[in-house]
Amino acid sequence: MMPTLSEIKKSFLVSLWFMFLTFPIMVIRVNTTEKLVLWRWENMAYMGIGSFLLSFVWRYMLWRKETGKKDSESGTLQLPSFFERILSDRRYIVPATAAGIALVAIFPFVMDTYQTNIMITALMYIVLGLGLNIVVGLAGLLDLGYVAFYAVGAYTYGLLNHHFGLGFWTVLPIGAVMGAFFGILLGFPVLRLRGDYLAIVTLGFGEIIRLILENWNEFSFGPSGIAQIARPSLFGIQLSLSSSIIYLYFVMIGMVLFTIFVVNRLQNSRIGRAWIALREDEVACQAMGIDKTRTKLTAFALGATWAGMVGVIFAAKTTFINPASFTFLESAMILAIVVLGGMGSIVGVSIAALILILLPEYLRAFSEFRMLIFGAIMVIMMVFRPQGIVANVRRSYKFQPDKHS
Amino acid sequence: MEYFFELFLGGLTRGSIYALIALGYTMVYGIIELINFAHGEIYMIGAFTALIVASVLTVMGLNEFAILVLASIAAAVYSAAYGYTVEKIAYKPLRHAPRLSPLISAIGMSIFLQNYVLLAQTSDFLPFPSLIPDFEFWEPYSHLLRSTQLVILVTTTVIMVLLTLLIKYTKIGKAMRATAQDRSMAMLVGVNVNQVISMTFVIGSCLAAVGGVLIASHIGQINFFIGFIAGIKAFTAAVLGGVGSIPGAVLGSLILGLTESFATGYVSSDYEDVFAFALLVLILIFRPAGLLGRSTMQKV
Repeated sequence: MMPTLSEIKKSFLVSLWFMFLTFPIMVIRVNTTEKLVLWRWENMAYMGIGSFLLSFVWRYMLWRKETGKKDSESGTLQLPSFFERILSDRRYIVPATAAGIALVAIFPFVMDTYQTNIMITALMYIVLGLGLNIVVGLAGLLDLGYVAFYAVGAYTYGLLNHHFGLGFWTVLPIGAVMGAFFGILLGFPVLRLRGDYLAIVTLGFGEIIRLILENWNEFSFGPSGIAQIARPSLFGIQLSLSSSIIYLYFVMIGMVLFTIFVVNRLQNSRIGRAWIALREDEVACQAMGIDKTRTKLTAFALGATWAGMVGVIFAAKTTFINPASFTFLESAMILAIVVLGGMGSIVGVSIAALILILLPEYLRAFSEFRMLIFGAIMVIMMVFRPQGIVANVRRSYKFQPDKHS
Repeated sequence: MEYFFELFLGGLTRGSIYALIALGYTMVYGIIELINFAHGEIYMIGAFTALIVASVLTVMGLNEFAILVLASIAAAVYSAAYGYTVEKIAYKPLRHAPRLSPLISAIGMSIFLQNYVLLAQTSDFLPFPSLIPDFEFWEPYSHLLRSTQLVILVTTTVIMVLLTLLIKYTKIGKAMRATAQDRSMAMLVGVNVNQVISMTFVIGSCLAAVGGVLIASHIGQINFFIGFIAGIKAFTAAVLGGVGSIPGAVLGSLILGLTESFATGYVSSDYEDVFAFALLVLILIFRPAGLLGRSTMQKV
């Protein structure tokens, strides 16, 4: 596709528009106390060139999406994406799994504690992503306050450990139950609301929890948080710092496998099918005799359960928690993982969590652009590939006419 | 009693700023049924543009009144431009997508714009120049109501009246109401729906920019994060009055402003934001359609 003259003209106009648009914020920088003005004209040039080129990419992607849509409507077979081809081919899947298992098993022994710590964080986000995936991906309820349940788990462990000295393994199930309890507590009143209202209410709920933790000093020790939370113990033995990190790593691996197993089983169960049906069409779903409120409530409670458990692990990993770790941005990040991975897709969410958590850690130069990129990813994915990097394979049945009749 | 009046007037001021932002939410929701999450960011960008333009003009040595006028115009123009562009990039390609998609796209846009300003400018609070002068004739009453507050109240009232006239009597207002009622029918009778939607974003963004300039010169400082909380509160106000209803948005904003003002004045200021969110949750539970909104049956 050669760019024609009119295309170039269009892109030129777009770049002019963006140069105008970003002029005050990108070019001028003021120091109000010393009354200095800094002009950064080079930024304007970057913006102009950048938007000129990007507008071509944007239009090309839009054009590809349009033709793709037409193809699938007229019945032309769509090529499965790169990941899907690899996942469906047996020749690759066996060695890939073996290599994966080996890599996972030796990772903490080859890499240093710093790398292992990052990996633990990434694994935590996989579980969080999968948990939110139940609520957003399967049941189609946009929950913007997911981090509240994460905070509930973390504070459950922090407080119980601080006051009563309870250990990690005792609190893990308590954290799960507390998460589920808060999920139901929030879910009850708000689940009869329509989708977009639900998003705002959950957002408000998340903020309420954070503000309470920040201001109720007698209960939660306020903004200074809780320090010196015990790391997990192995059958009552307290481990050294480095070995406890390795231990936590394997706990996390077990947790991820457990979560994948449960979510996978849930997806194909009666309740899982009900969630998907509810996501697609509420009215039709009710007409089929599915209890709307109970189904939604289960999704909410189950999603919150995982957040509660990961919260406990988070508290045990960092040994210090304060309300600043549980802001809206955290919820947005988990949501970005689910959106990028593909709503409802287990593999996709896991890959997306690894990409979004590990890449900024290793590309330090870009780490300040992290949230900027997350925001852009959410927009771009919704516009061009709403199904995510690994689309959830939808169960489909082919009608085969009987030859004998 | 004086304390009560002070809180009352403070609440009204707060409420009228919320109203300026809430109108943008309500108008957009009325037309394309989308919670424009990035609207709070448009307001923040308006305030930043005003700050930047005002600082540059101060260095150039213009007189105060000219600075106020030029900075406000720049803020309105740029906010409108951002609102327009955001709609074209993040919402227009998703016109026929499932409901959740544009909402997620809007959240992404909001995060993007916040960090764009954070990276291009600064994460610190910047002192905002006091653009609005202290009036001499208002001196005897200024212990009850500062002159900035007076300007805020008067400006918002004028803007509300103008907006009502615009929507009731002009051609574009009529087109907006038609599109809100039934988009495909409006299209059939010859309304350029895309243009109407763009216009709605432009008008809503202008209002938010005015709100941004006013509140920033009242409070005296801004940073990149002011849009988030203001956006959520304004949305709360819009829902309180009934999303999609313009008088509802104003009523809801005033109620929210007064509630917050009294609650912080008489109960505790630590939980200021909690009151707003709790109010939101309560309203959605007991009256999901809002005070002036009509609840519609879902058609199948």
